[in-house]
Amino acid sequence: MYRLLLLLYPSSFRAEYGEEMCRDFARKRRQASGFFALAVLWAAAIGDAIRNGLAAHWDLLWQDVRYASRKIRRAPGFAATVVLVAALGIGATTAVFTVADYVLARPLPYLHAERLVRMWGARPGYSQLELSPPNYLDWRAAATSFEAMAAYSPWSTSMVGKGDPIQVEGANVAADLLPMLGIAPAMGRGFTAYDERSGAPGVVMLGYGLWESRFGGRMDAIGEKILLDGDPHTIIGVMPPEFSFPQRRAQLWRPLRFAPADLADRRNIYLSAIARRKPGVSLEQAREEMRVITARLATQYPKENGALSATVANLRDQVLVQSRTLVMALLGASVCVLLIACTNLANLLLARALSRQKELAVRASLGAGRERLVRQLLTESLLLAGLGGALGIAGANAFVPLLVTLVPTSLPMANPSIDGRVLLFAVAITVATGLAFGVLPALRACRDGASGLREGSRSGVGGRKEPLRSALVVAEVSLSVALLITSGLLIRALWRLHAIDPGFQQAGVLTLRTALPAPKYENVVPREAFYQRVLSGVRALPGVQSAGFTSFLPIVVRGGVWAVDVTGQHQEPSENHTASLRFITPGYFPAMGIPLKQGRGVEESDDTTAPPVAVVSESFAQRYWPGQNAIGRSFQIAFGTRTIVGVAGNVRVRGLEASSEPQVYLSSRQMRDRFIVWYAPKDLAVRSTAHPTSLTAAIRAIIHDADPQQPISDVQTLTEIVESNTASRRVQARVLGAFAAIAFLLAAVGIHGLLSFSVSQRTQEIGVRMALGAKSGQILSLILGESSRLAIAGVMLGAGLGYGAGRAMQSLLAGLDPGDSATFATAMALAVTMTLAGSLIPTARAVRVDPAVAVRAE
Amino acid sequence: MPLPEATFHILMAVAEDDRHGYAIIQEVATRTDGMLKLSPGTLYRSIQRMLEQGLIQETAERPAPELDDERRRYYRITSFGRAVAKAEARRLAQLVKLARASGFAPGRA
Repeated sequence: MYRLLLLLYPSSFRAEYGEEMCRDFARKRRQASGFFALAVLWAAAIGDAIRNGLAAHWDLLWQDVRYASRKIRRAPGFAATVVLVAALGIGATTAVFTVADYVLARPLPYLHAERLVRMWGARPGYSQLELSPPNYLDWRAAATSFEAMAAYSPWSTSMVGKGDPIQVEGANVAADLLPMLGIAPAMGRGFTAYDERSGAPGVVMLGYGLWESRFGGRMDAIGEKILLDGDPHTIIGVMPPEFSFPQRRAQLWRPLRFAPADLADRRNIYLSAIARRKPGVSLEQAREEMRVITARLATQYPKENGALSATVANLRDQVLVQSRTLVMALLGASVCVLLIACTNLANLLLARALSRQKELAVRASLGAGRERLVRQLLTESLLLAGLGGALGIAGANAFVPLLVTLVPTSLPMANPSIDGRVLLFAVAITVATGLAFGVLPALRACRDGASGLREGSRSGVGGRKEPLRSALVVAEVSLSVALLITSGLLIRALWRLHAIDPGFQQAGVLTLRTALPAPKYENVVPREAFYQRVLSGVRALPGVQSAGFTSFLPIVVRGGVWAVDVTGQHQEPSENHTASLRFITPGYFPAMGIPLKQGRGVEESDDTTAPPVAVVSESFAQRYWPGQNAIGRSFQIAFGTRTIVGVAGNVRVRGLEASSEPQVYLSSRQMRDRFIVWYAPKDLAVRSTAHPTSLTAAIRAIIHDADPQQPISDVQTLTEIVESNTASRRVQARVLGAFAAIAFLLAAVGIHGLLSFSVSQRTQEIGVRMALGAKSGQILSLILGESSRLAIAGVMLGAGLGYGAGRAMQSLLAGLDPGDSATFATAMALAVTMTLAGSLIPTARAVRVDPAVAVRAE
Repeated sequence: MPLPEATFHILMAVAEDDRHGYAIIQEVATRTDGMLKLSPGTLYRSIQRMLEQGLIQETAERPAPELDDERRRYYRITSFGRAVAKAEARRLAQLVKLARASGFAPGRA
């Protein structure tokens, strides 16, 4: 019984004093008589064991920590290496885990988030389409599966209050959207049904950041009036700081309102919708109901809703498959780095444990128990891991913001930072790391402890094989090859995208956006006067070749899609008959470098007195008049019949990776007053021989002359726009590339370490061989043979791993084959080179062994 | 300095004769009229630390065979231990003198 209590003590203490303590206790028990005395004795014994057992553990820990820190101080280089390597592994894993936690694990910060769903329209070939106002209202009225359904649409506006006009991102939201999400304003009031009516006074809610930066965080900002696109709006509330919806930059919300024209057109799709299922209604039941509703609407409005169905998906799952895959890939990569770091550390410590074999053997023979030695070695490795962990967490903190740019902005993630759970995770992996790289050497040290003193100095005759360390090196090589392959695949995918022709010439073009606020610019005449003044001024600047306005620049705005009707052509409801619509001024095509394949572009003479004209893309002509001349044909778009006067090259409006609708360009002079003002050209493109950004100041001055109240925003070159399209990919490739580089380096160090160690162990053997007449060439092949066996095994395994990983992340590869041979060949060649480079120095040392010296050492 | 109470008592207990663990507990209890009863945990933990610090040592010599319990380990004070104990006694005496000067102590009753 009492022996059980003794288990609370460290075993070395137990071995030393356990017997005597037992005997003392037995004697006391004999003296104690009666139940009461026995109980007191036991209680005292238990209290004593707990108190002193812990204290004894603490004594030992303290002693070991002191011993370890003495060791560390004596070999600071070794300790620094270990700490750095551990920090790399732990830091990378912690940073990635922080982001992964948000992307994959955390529930959305909304009320009953598990029942929130995203609603989309769906047509054959398109599963996620925005909704038109009438369809949204019909869905909302008919569906019984949901407690609430609310729509929103993204919104970007120029805000004029005090100071310069600025461009702010935001959203038009249905009044019940914020209550449905369970978010109440931090100050002021939310929207009501009254605010939603068309014609009600303008009201707006501010984001917390905007309120602090532009309104100084003043309470009396509520009630203040500001101008948004020229319309007065009253500030009625401020949202809480962590709220960002629908995307991270949104800072302004106003009620969603429908004008009568909006309610008339079922094909004008621009609404996003969110709903919450009633408790007990499954996702499948909700989908089933939506199938019934959309089928009924399809028979009711066969022309517009013919093939329209609904997509209902959990809001949590709306994180794109791509970013999910990406985060998984990053997690995989960071775990690889951590594993490589651990194997490397295990290797380092093994080597050191061997060099400390004598010391340990001496201590063992002086009576230090096996447990005591293991415990002390573990304390040392945990201490090193702890230092590495602290450093790694600090590094991760700096690294997280970069990783966040990889995640789509639609994910509500106010300020991802390292919090309690991440810290817990970091501590856990630190301890795991310390144990992982400490246990092997410690056990090994014990096993060898006894034999360490026996023979002179030669450990193992003929160079003992190191199966364990070899396995570790093979693991390192294969993991780093897998990482090289995956990051190589990403880089190849990026190159591929860069090789895609966007349909315009990006070099030498400056773009910017003016606001053209209504009501001042809701009519064509003042707009055209503005364009005229700006364009003639800009064209007169030195170096400027051409300039023109458009409704939206490609890639920047990907939507702006309108239904198309071609007289005399029957449209299958299953086909998508929409085109990306842009109004442009003359000069836009040459400014963008979009080639005209046939006919002419938009000209000054295409005004309200002339017949309505259109320039279409080749894909448009191809779709409706395959193999025929499209010039002179007519079709209906945007409430008018247009005649085609020119055919332009295809433009990738939806970005390099997506396929785009065919494009239709109309003359800005043939717009109607106060009609689809949203489409009025606001984006200016200027092509020049000078460096594009050198023109910025001059163009600002020209626009200021034309209208001093005109805000200018989004000044960027066309090249920047294209690059922003691939920016997240570049960061992806860079981050994975960094992981691969780290892994690569660590593996090289590991191989170098193993071989130098094995050469130093085999010095005598090599000496004997040389004395017996072995040529240095044979010694060379002996050592290189060992390293290349390891390299080949590692590379083969790694190639398999890399192929598997590549297949798993296929969605990130932009159509690249995960078995891309160039990538594999490069990665494998790199790995072999690295192995050979790592074995260079040890090999040279082996060849230089002087047989006389080596044998004399016997 | 100052020494933990248990350490000082153990030093006093082994000052004259070598003793084993249980005997130390009994000796301390006798000397303090049962005021201080060392628990086994405290005793052996103190012994371990005192061995490391070189205040006491295990003895190879055994007492007279009829008194010897073979399985027991005996401890003896070292000269360093003696010096430390003296220094501690001096420190305490100094303290008592100061206390008496302030009128705290019972005096030479």
